[in-house]
Amino acid sequence: MSVWIMAGITFREAARKKILWTAFIAGLGFLLVFGTGLHYQVGDFQRSTVPPFLRYQVLDSMLMIGLYTVDLLAVVMTVLTSIDTISGEITSGTIHAIATKPVARWEIVLGKWIGFVGMVAAYVAIMFCGTIAEGYFIGGVVTEHPVQGALLMFLECVLALSVTFMFGTWFSTLTNGVIVLGLLGFAFMGGWLEQMSGFTEGSSLVMLGIVSSLIMPSESVWRRAAFEMETPLSGSLQFSPFADVSVPSGAMIGYTCVYLLVAMAIAMYHFQHRDL
Amino acid sequence: MRGLSLHVRRGEIFGFLGPNGAGKSTSIKMLLGLVKPSGGEAVVLGGSPDDIEIRRKIGFLPEDFRFYEWLTAAELLELHGRLSGVPSDKLRDRVPAMIEMVGLTPHRDKRLENFSKGMIQRIGLAQALIHEPELIFLDEPTSGLDPIGRRVVRDIIRAQRDRGATVFLNSHLLSEIEITCDEVVFIREGEVVIHRDLRALHEDEVSVVVRAQKLTPECVTGLAPWATSTHADGDQLIIAARSREALPDILRHLVSSGADVYQFIPQRMSLEELFVAIMGEDRGL
Repeated sequence: MSVWIMAGITFREAARKKILWTAFIAGLGFLLVFGTGLHYQVGDFQRSTVPPFLRYQVLDSMLMIGLYTVDLLAVVMTVLTSIDTISGEITSGTIHAIATKPVARWEIVLGKWIGFVGMVAAYVAIMFCGTIAEGYFIGGVVTEHPVQGALLMFLECVLALSVTFMFGTWFSTLTNGVIVLGLLGFAFMGGWLEQMSGFTEGSSLVMLGIVSSLIMPSESVWRRAAFEMETPLSGSLQFSPFADVSVPSGAMIGYTCVYLLVAMAIAMYHFQHRDL
Repeated sequence: MRGLSLHVRRGEIFGFLGPNGAGKSTSIKMLLGLVKPSGGEAVVLGGSPDDIEIRRKIGFLPEDFRFYEWLTAAELLELHGRLSGVPSDKLRDRVPAMIEMVGLTPHRDKRLENFSKGMIQRIGLAQALIHEPELIFLDEPTSGLDPIGRRVVRDIIRAQRDRGATVFLNSHLLSEIEITCDEVVFIREGEVVIHRDLRALHEDEVSVVVRAQKLTPECVTGLAPWATSTHADGDQLIIAARSREALPDILRHLVSSGADVYQFIPQRMSLEELFVAIMGEDRGL
């Protein structure tokens, strides 16, 4: 019961934060630019003699770029809105009035997490559906397996959220932000190095990519999402964030789920036992 | 803290005093389960503060109460009531009643971000009482309040005692403590220095400041028949005598025990004077 009370108040809190609305406005701005870009691209194609398969490949790739942008926006928004929800309340003393209520501390952490998961789900759903709709109605292109793709993008956000929560029970808001964004950057670089291995067939780069994915699997989840959504044409673009050069396996997705659950278990355990 | 053990009777207002850094806030935090003792255990209401059922019986107003500023006063109390397990139907009546009690009815739908420090303090007190707890910890409840606000809070605290709740009060305002509390303890460096019943102080109790040499521990403990408490510090001894009639017996006992008495000054001490006498002058932090 207390978990749901905390989830409700956290969802309302998140919804009142300026950062969320800034992210939504940025997202709507993106959708506007993306839709306009697609519109002009289609117009240009209609006036040109570009072969149909090439037109489709360009528009299809534009849709994937749009979804990649949505993925980035969603992850950054997730981290920025949740970064101070635990560490900030410890620092300000706000947590004292809650933690002394007849509520287990792990329920506070879990409730807050559920509240943010709800907010992230709404954000990903709106942005994903908006991008897909523009791709279909303006560009005439659709992705493969959109449901799987959306769920994997959502999983990546929940992963970032869980890691933010875990470090938030240990460190100050600023330190937490540096660590989480550093880890996301680390995973991003590892993913690209693994992509490059497709050209050089270098096992060292593959190993580096796998190790980085094990440390922070966020980029792997995106690459799996891209693999699920891309058509053979867009997947054939060899050097892009959605190339099918090195596709993370289902086991990596399973590892990600275990990873975020462990991160949350650590967050709840540490918050339960630390001084406030 | 070093073996702090406090006995607080049910239905009384208990003052918790000490200089800055004495360990007051740490003690309260340990009793509330916010801070874990590095050794030993904290026991309150016969159980661990980590026990949910124990915490259900406790209310707490932190020293610097802060909460989500985007909530209105009514929303804040509703949230705290729900977290404290108050049924929704009871909350419908209790929230406006609590807001009325702390004098914020005209501001019930105003967001906390528009509240003054005194108003925040009042709504913080209401959230601590929303579930009618048996034991209430109030950390500096009158800080930031004007004289009228202090009187309101004082009346609320007494009303809580009258309904049978125990109030554990931590305040630097000794005049407030003196007119509100039934008992006080002074702590220093994590230890109880003296425990006083203020009701006795208000009635017949007289304090005596003695300056003497050759004061032995046996001599001091032998004062028990005539004194409610004693505090020895070097050649100074502060004695809370049970009555004015006990003073000659106290002096006779000191002299017969071999002490060289240079001063024997009976006085009616205010709590502030007692505080300074016990804690000594400011020795810096």
